[in-house]
Amino acid sequence: MNPTPPSFGKSVFELLSSMRFAISLLSILAVASIIGTVLKQAEPYNNYVIQFGPFWFEAFEKLGLYDVYHAAWFLVILTFLVVSTSVCIYRNAPNFAREMKSFREHVSEQSLNAFKHRHEATTAQTPETLAASAQRYLEGQGYKVKNLPREEGVLLAAKAGSWNRLGYFLAHSAIVLICIGGLMDGNLIFKVQQLLGYKKIETRDIPQSQVPAISRLSPSNPSFRGSVQIPEGSSADVVFLNVADGYLVQDLPFSVALKQFRIEHYTTGQPKNFESDIEIFDRSGKKIREATIAVNHPLIQDGIAIYQASFADGGTRLSLRGWNLFAPTASSFPIEGTVHQTTTLTSAAGGSTLEFIDFRPFNIEDMGGGDAPTRDTMSVLGGSSVGDKKHLRNVGPSFQYKLRDARGQAREFSNYMLPLELDGRWYMMSGVRDAPNEAFRYMRMPLDADGNIETFMRLRGALLNPDLRPEIAARFARQALPQNALGTEIETKLTHSAEQVLALFDKGGFQTLGQFIEEKVPAAEREKAAGTYLRILELAAFEALKIANRQANLPPPKTDDATGWVVRDTLNSVSDMFVYGAPIYLQLMHYDEVKATGLQLTRSPGKNVVYLGSLLLTLGVFFMLFVRERRVWLLIKPGHALLAMSSAKHTIDFEKEFTQHAQALDSLAQ
Amino acid sequence: MELALNQPAPLLKRLSWFDWLFAVIVATGGLFALSRFGEFMDIYEKGILLTAIPALAIFGWFWKPFRTLFIVVGAISLFAISQYHGNLARMNEAFFLKYLISSQAAIMWMCALFGLATLTYWAGLLSRSEFTMKTASAMTWSAVAMGFIGMMVRWYESYLIGADVGHIPVSNLYEVFVLFCLITAMLYLYYEARYQTRQMGAFVLLVISAAVGFILWYAFDRDAQGIQPLVPALKSWWMKLHVPANFIGYGSFSISAMLGAAYLLAQRGILANRLPKLEVIDDIMYKSIAIGFAFFTIATILGAMWAADAWGGYWSWDPKETWALIVWLNYAAWLHIRLVKGLRGPMLAWWALAGLFVTSFAFLGVNMFLSGLHSYGTL
Repeated sequence: MNPTPPSFGKSVFELLSSMRFAISLLSILAVASIIGTVLKQAEPYNNYVIQFGPFWFEAFEKLGLYDVYHAAWFLVILTFLVVSTSVCIYRNAPNFAREMKSFREHVSEQSLNAFKHRHEATTAQTPETLAASAQRYLEGQGYKVKNLPREEGVLLAAKAGSWNRLGYFLAHSAIVLICIGGLMDGNLIFKVQQLLGYKKIETRDIPQSQVPAISRLSPSNPSFRGSVQIPEGSSADVVFLNVADGYLVQDLPFSVALKQFRIEHYTTGQPKNFESDIEIFDRSGKKIREATIAVNHPLIQDGIAIYQASFADGGTRLSLRGWNLFAPTASSFPIEGTVHQTTTLTSAAGGSTLEFIDFRPFNIEDMGGGDAPTRDTMSVLGGSSVGDKKHLRNVGPSFQYKLRDARGQAREFSNYMLPLELDGRWYMMSGVRDAPNEAFRYMRMPLDADGNIETFMRLRGALLNPDLRPEIAARFARQALPQNALGTEIETKLTHSAEQVLALFDKGGFQTLGQFIEEKVPAAEREKAAGTYLRILELAAFEALKIANRQANLPPPKTDDATGWVVRDTLNSVSDMFVYGAPIYLQLMHYDEVKATGLQLTRSPGKNVVYLGSLLLTLGVFFMLFVRERRVWLLIKPGHALLAMSSAKHTIDFEKEFTQHAQALDSLAQ
Repeated sequence: MELALNQPAPLLKRLSWFDWLFAVIVATGGLFALSRFGEFMDIYEKGILLTAIPALAIFGWFWKPFRTLFIVVGAISLFAISQYHGNLARMNEAFFLKYLISSQAAIMWMCALFGLATLTYWAGLLSRSEFTMKTASAMTWSAVAMGFIGMMVRWYESYLIGADVGHIPVSNLYEVFVLFCLITAMLYLYYEARYQTRQMGAFVLLVISAAVGFILWYAFDRDAQGIQPLVPALKSWWMKLHVPANFIGYGSFSISAMLGAAYLLAQRGILANRLPKLEVIDDIMYKSIAIGFAFFTIATILGAMWAADAWGGYWSWDPKETWALIVWLNYAAWLHIRLVKGLRGPMLAWWALAGLFVTSFAFLGVNMFLSGLHSYGTL
């Protein structure tokens, strides 16, 4: 007898509801999920291009790897999971419901005899008496019992733990519910609109008000999750949704105004609380409510949850003093700036623009050495609370800016407002980097005994002034030589050498000096020559400082260790200036801080569906795993009783319970 | 014979005077805490405290040895607290605190006892000495007691640092590793009594010893034992629920993995006549995964609900969330195969063992190699 091959529909149904298929889906889903944790999701596309190169960038983009969890193929897997689970429920539910109700009272004696767990006892009691006491016993054990008269005696059909089957039903419907809830909160609607050409992602960096309607979502959009930054004293009635390599503007049914953003600190300096005092206005401008939100304490307005997500600078006004580092003078010029704004520099490096990026009122730095923390310090959500925090110290305000030259090339700088103590001496620090993913390299400028940067600037100006060079060299030679050598050829030679050393140093710091030595001096004498040049440079620099002080109508510098260090450090700094990469240094004098809060606004209609699903899942898992379904039959005939027991899962507990029932029967039957 | 006939009496009638005494102690302690510190708690924290009273009482009635553990830990912790006189510096001055029951001292004792217990279990297993095994059990119990005392005292110490610093000690990697050791050990001790077999201790204590090794390295090399104030994202009552639930999951999965290893060895004839029967190992392995799966489900749901309060959405596909899902899917598949297909044997043992790697990656690997919102424990 050849069975007819099953129809295609039947085969698909069989496949979808098969255990193998379900297990495969679970495994595929797990593996697919790993991709998104290994590859950082939703980064700016440029980062991916740098990371993978143009070919793989495009290949990975086609596969949707930059937003795996919203990629079409990932949704297809999820859909299969939902379908497979639903089919499984559809297939099993009626059976299971019957099973839950049924006592399987139609078993025959023959089939009971075939049970693996079977126990027989002889009895002198009438079937009815034994049945009654056995029924009491089983009910005491938590069984539901049905007493059925049979031709010669009585059949007790009993069951317990039917909720196990209910658990199956609950847990599997829960998976379907959770996936549906998740889909409700996904961006499926937008995806369809995008596919049909109704909506388009905005990729230009333009003011929000200029974003065209095709990239805006209406306030009635059922589900979104976006963020916005609001400076103190300002308000926002939109949020931005990051999508692929661009964004969308989501119009809100209300506007949010920020009165104040606060950071509270523990006495140790770590942040304790981030709070925003906000006001909500309706579209007509009427105030609806006022509230304070904090991390873990969102506000719900019109079904939209408002979260404290981050903070930033909201346009702090900066008063700065600038120095033209390569000018042969000590003079400075004032600059005013505002964070997030751009200023054109006229006094130095014509055509350059200053872009103020950020201001940080405090900087917790690891002063014990090692790398500076690289994590996003502006997010309020994460944050490690372990680790070596012994050397952490607040080093005061800093500001960040970019200096863009006429050709559009930019370097990023980060300057501290207050001096830092390093190796027992105080310095002003200015960091520079060429790309955002690099660490800052710091130039340190020494402070004088009065704690000012002026001495450094004066000496720097004098050293870089070619007009002063002959005088410096001459004074140096006179100081360095013994009385009897003055006026001789030795003095002329030494003056000439000093002039040469200064000129070389002016061209590129220690590096040019080093190159010169390497080219002109035989290898054996290089070390000695370097020592001599360094000594000449230091002494000449001290003379330069004397001249600079005189020109500035200041008393001559003291001849002490402190001055010695300032001179040495100045030489180092000037040498560093050649690789610093900017013609100017900016010192922060005053600031007027304006903070901005970063809010996240979420509307998620699927949340309650997911929560309901979660509740069902929990109940279902417990019923399935901890309620054991088992059945007992007791067929009693005059003089003889047959106990049989069955369960879907033959565990050790089941064996124990069977032994217990068998013993009970023996004693009841006596 | 009479015993088999005894119908189970209603729960309340089965309770002994000690059960009732235990319940009274739990309730008194809980209500005292509520009246004394209630003004510092929000409504959810009060709810958690009040629910904890019946939960602990019933747990003690269900698992009798817990009553003694609870009372011993409570009494010694209170004694330790009394030794502080409200002054944290006493930690290094008062004799008991310095050498025994300041949080750090107690945790170090826990580490030492777990290490000794591991060796003793192995000695007992290899020499087939029931007495040695009993000693190992006692050591494990003592380690659990010391660990809990350490945690309790640490909780108190955190408030001595500052009223705003104080928090339940489950907030960073150091603290949760201690929690992991304690929960894993308690789960094991439960199975040990339930199945009347101590041989598996040698295997389960191995994974605890590994965790102890981590704690020691983390404390001595990284100085991680200091109590740090909470970052704002962790300042929530959800932490009291989410973290312990998760570690019941992690602990159970670890036990099942070690039993998987024992199963595979025994199946190949190694230690076979010293270990329990394969069916027993298999049964405990299944039970352990079942408990772990149930609690891991709850923990992940609680985590999602917390995320909906803190991160702006119940699911963000954050690496930690995603790996929690992967762990969940892994054991869901395991249970499907076991329950529906009825499969037993080496394949599932291998799988349970491999599950340890998935679980460890979700627990530790994510913190070490991936970045995300859930980076409260960096190495």
